[in-house]
Amino acid sequence: MRSADVPYEKVTAKTFPKGLDTLASGHRACQGCGEVLALRLLLKSLGSEFIAVSATGCMEVCTSTFPQSSWRVPWLHVAFENAAAVASGVESALHVLRKKGKIPNKRIPVVAVAGDGGTADIGLQALSGALERGHRDFIYVCLDNEAYMNTGIQRSSATPFGANTTTSPSGTHSKGQHTWKKNMPAIAAAHGVPYVATASPAFHLDLMNKIRRAAAIEGPAYLHVYAPCPTGWRMKPELAVECSRLVVNSRIFPLYEVIDGHYVINRKVDNPIPVADYLKQQGRFRHLKPEDVELIQARVNLEYENLVKLAGTFPV
Amino acid sequence: MAKKPIGIEVSLAVAEAVKLCDADVVAAYPITPQTHIVEHLSELVANGELDAAYIPVESEHSAMSSCIGSSAAGARTFTATSSQGLALMNEMIYIAPVLRTPIVLAIANRALSAPINIWNDHSDIMSVRDAGWIAVFAENGQEALDLTIMAFKIGERPDVRLPVSLNIDGFTLSHFIEPIIIPDHEEVQAFLPPNEATVKLDVANPISIGLLANPETYTEIRKATDDILLASKDKVIEVFKEFGKAFGRHYRVIETYRHEDAEIVLVTMGSISETAMTAIDEMREAGEKVGLIRIRLWRPFPVEELKAALVSAKVVAVVDRHMVMGAPNGPVCLEIKSALYDALNPPKVFNFIMGLGGRDVRRVDFKTVVERSKSLVKGGQSSFEIVGVYE
Repeated sequence: MRSADVPYEKVTAKTFPKGLDTLASGHRACQGCGEVLALRLLLKSLGSEFIAVSATGCMEVCTSTFPQSSWRVPWLHVAFENAAAVASGVESALHVLRKKGKIPNKRIPVVAVAGDGGTADIGLQALSGALERGHRDFIYVCLDNEAYMNTGIQRSSATPFGANTTTSPSGTHSKGQHTWKKNMPAIAAAHGVPYVATASPAFHLDLMNKIRRAAAIEGPAYLHVYAPCPTGWRMKPELAVECSRLVVNSRIFPLYEVIDGHYVINRKVDNPIPVADYLKQQGRFRHLKPEDVELIQARVNLEYENLVKLAGTFPV
Repeated sequence: MAKKPIGIEVSLAVAEAVKLCDADVVAAYPITPQTHIVEHLSELVANGELDAAYIPVESEHSAMSSCIGSSAAGARTFTATSSQGLALMNEMIYIAPVLRTPIVLAIANRALSAPINIWNDHSDIMSVRDAGWIAVFAENGQEALDLTIMAFKIGERPDVRLPVSLNIDGFTLSHFIEPIIIPDHEEVQAFLPPNEATVKLDVANPISIGLLANPETYTEIRKATDDILLASKDKVIEVFKEFGKAFGRHYRVIETYRHEDAEIVLVTMGSISETAMTAIDEMREAGEKVGLIRIRLWRPFPVEELKAALVSAKVVAVVDRHMVMGAPNGPVCLEIKSALYDALNPPKVFNFIMGLGGRDVRRVDFKTVVERSKSLVKGGQSSFEIVGVYE
């Protein structure tokens, strides 16, 4: 069966999962954290029959201060750069134990969760290894808040051009981050894995369905999830959902899937809002001049066009 | 009827032991001189002789990370490495014991860079000596196979649940073909119970492993691991005894050779001990009162056993195979000195470093050690000496 045809139970407003959250409240995330919102929705969508592996980072620290834990599913944290490798070990163990009849015979997805630093920088090797090896019940979720927030807003390779961070500060000789955001979904897709998708918490049903689809499909899956950080982005906490919407509607962060190498844009943005409208809400971009914003707009236009071409050339 | 030994390369014998133990998961990355172990395991899995998941990870860091994940999920887990591979694993090596994930790690001991060198010494394992692992040193191939089997039993005991490293000297032991008795699968099954992980990743009973500990709990969690590691010595001894009963080959945490009336006692670890014994025989014939203590259990360090064995000697000559930089003594000597420090009339302890980066350790080197020790008794020794170094 083509991965695109693998059935899964869809989340709708009517069938929205009820009951306790998999990630319990009382954790220590900042006010207005878009990352923990995305994480909570993703986990809620999967129910309780999965195993979670966290990389070190905001989501690990804020949910697991001994002797408390927010996790209502089996959860393992080992270190920063190796969530993919740890999850590989768990996944392989479950497979062989199941085959030998030592545990119940049902698929248990293993979900690795890491930030953009733990994915695009220090964890890239372990992730590449895991994707290449083809672990069947393996879902990797990158919660991308576009910098090292847990250590105090340092730039990562996923920090967008122009953003002010504590290690890419704007100054008389600098516009802030001077490199373009690393395209992690493309890197994941280049491994030829069955499922890659992007998601944003403002489009919560889309987000929740993508992890269900990832769990249903056999093979490594990679989800790249936009995760706004009001603290690090110097933004009002109540704007996390709003900016999660604007980032999609401005074509900066398009929602799409790559299924067996075939591209589908889940939300076509025909009348995009200017990127300036997105940037102006966030203090990290405040120093940018109109010509910088134009540069960003041109890049966004180009990347979206490329995506449309991919979707046209390799449709599902 | 007693089983007959067969000629087999020691690395392959270790892999055969892993097969006999029905390991569930092997996650490994190639590095010389460990490779023959995991090559053979891959073959056993490919041929269906071992029903395990073989994870060909992209680095040793990921090897140990995967092993921790696999062990936390309740699988019997094995990996192997050497030198730079162990150094790359270092971060994970420190995490595995505290998360209480039993893993058996065979280390074909090899010198650390720089300069890059693929040959044997003990600098790799010494870089992780304080990490919280149980660590044993094998002297020969039979011991390497037997200790592999015992390592699973020790580490997976409900009252231990710690990772275990099996140290075999790279090339000088790992690549030798030796006569080794390979037990039957049934015998090993009777000796080694299934890995009953009561605390594991299980959707029916969700728990969190690897939580953040702040200043009010970090010390206690570290101490709890050390308490378990120290207490594991008695469990190691128990398993050694059970093994002796089942297989007729008897192991102790330290071994002694002609040491009862010895005035000078050598202390060694690993395969050079056999060379040392030959040298001792020759020196005894020449009238020297020399003997040997070989440390098999390196961690937890067998303080009481060594104290009892060494306290009556006049001189103890400790051999280290690790170049300790910027300090007066190598790691083995440091432990021996601290074990003997509060003895009433402690022997003189001298420290000799030899066999670095694969330099041959010969009988004559042990004779040099004894001669040097005899003259040092008169004048003392402020720090280690390197045997046979060209200056």
